[in-house]
Amino acid sequence: MGGYTLTELGSIFVMQGFAGLSLFSVLLLMALGLAIIFGQMGVINMAHGEFMTIGAYTTVMFSVLTAKFAPGFIDYYFPFAMLVSFLIAFGIGYFVEFAMIRHLYKRPLDTLLATWGLSLIMQQIFRSAFGAREVSATLPEWLLGSFQPTESIDIPLNGIFVMGLTVFVTLGVFYFLFKSRWGLRVRATTQNRIMAGAVGINTRLVDRVSFALGCGIAGIAGAAFTTITSTGPTTGTLYIVDTFLVVVFGGAASLFGTIASAFSIAQAQSIMEFFMTGSMAKVLTLLTIIGILMLRPEGLFSIKVRK
Amino acid sequence: MLEVADLHVSYGQSEAIHGIGFTANKNETLAIMGRNGMGKTTLFKSLIGILPLGKGKISIDGQEVSSMESYQRVKNGIAYVPQGRMIFPTLTVQENIQTGLENSRSKRIPEDIFALFPVLHEMRHRKGGNLSGGQQQQLAIARALVTNPKVLLLDEPTEGIQPSIIKDIANVLNEIRKLREITIIVSEQVLSFTMAIADRLIVIDKGRFIHEDLRENVDTAKISKYLSV
Repeated sequence: MGGYTLTELGSIFVMQGFAGLSLFSVLLLMALGLAIIFGQMGVINMAHGEFMTIGAYTTVMFSVLTAKFAPGFIDYYFPFAMLVSFLIAFGIGYFVEFAMIRHLYKRPLDTLLATWGLSLIMQQIFRSAFGAREVSATLPEWLLGSFQPTESIDIPLNGIFVMGLTVFVTLGVFYFLFKSRWGLRVRATTQNRIMAGAVGINTRLVDRVSFALGCGIAGIAGAAFTTITSTGPTTGTLYIVDTFLVVVFGGAASLFGTIASAFSIAQAQSIMEFFMTGSMAKVLTLLTIIGILMLRPEGLFSIKVRK
Repeated sequence: MLEVADLHVSYGQSEAIHGIGFTANKNETLAIMGRNGMGKTTLFKSLIGILPLGKGKISIDGQEVSSMESYQRVKNGIAYVPQGRMIFPTLTVQENIQTGLENSRSKRIPEDIFALFPVLHEMRHRKGGNLSGGQQQQLAIARALVTNPKVLLLDEPTEGIQPSIIKDIANVLNEIRKLREITIIVSEQVLSFTMAIADRLIVIDKGRFIHEDLRENVDTAKISKYLSV
């Protein structure tokens, strides 16, 4: 096969498989926030990518400030940067829901337009504030380098970190949605807003907190993103289509579906990428997804009840 | 317990309830009877706060709730079982009941709920949407009951339910009244069901109360006449 020996081929599969896992982690981190906002609340948030960019810029700013004022702290700043990214994205999400989204719950298509406008505004704000050039964070020592189990296998540490983080956040979202009282409120409200109010749930507060939480998770995704690549004003837009694809392909209301679809899209993408050009790999993935969605319009996993 | 005075409710320009007033006492079951389109559901929706009042006053146990949102009214002791049940279809039976526990500290479902509705205990891990109509009705009542209401509203609880289950529901409502001594207000078209549970009957017609009687004195022929088209 193409002049590779069997061990080389094995290493390629391991490394490409791992690259796929990294891509899977980033996609899933992005998609988790959207799974709450789009999957549960039904709001098409085109500005979701920009919330990720907020997280990324926050982390970059954090690293710049740390390097300047507390260089000795540079190995430890990252967890704090993630927390602050979450809080800032959460706060802005909370405000956006209050100022804009809540007026549009009954008009889903207008939400699409309004959030797209919001995304353009935010991009321009990033451009004015941070400049059009891409910036990157100074990574702490422990995120650099790679893990080499054998001679020919090279697994980057930042990838492992992002994976660990994804597992953690996924478990958190699961707990929030399916075990906590907040999750029950969210699910009841999204199914029948009026009735949820009539059993005693403060539905407006539920909407605001869920939306803000989705944005906060995007902020965490942005922070994680800085360990892999650099950040520019339009970074978020590059990922928004893929993220929607993951949520729709997985089945809008199903978190398991989101995970399964992020995994299959990322793996297919990165393994095929090695054997053909990147765009061919993308075309093949998209065609497969379209084919499957034609057969199963509700996505991979959907909840079945009597209608 | 529930006092309603001079209630007006409109859909846009057209008024559907023209100045209704009544008082429902503690430990009393009140039935509001009327044909389709006479304003029963509109009245109930305005009591729970889904529809805004045009004019008038609603108070529960002396506390005025007229300008409150639904969830605040629930906190003040009113609970609602809507027409068509409106349970949450993709939540399990247990989760459906837990949505009503918003104002209680624990999310444990009280034992007496399952004692009233043993079938819900059996089905507690099933999705609400997969229950039969009668079971969904029981679920909707259970969900309303865990909010510990002082006033329980039921909008046409017998709609689309087979006769043997209608009898069960009547028994459950009488049982609830006996156990909790709350006010129950039910809107109905089925006279036999009402006669099995209500202390007092009111007939609503075109958004006004036109007849009121205690059950002992009810002339069933007369009420039937109001209910027939």
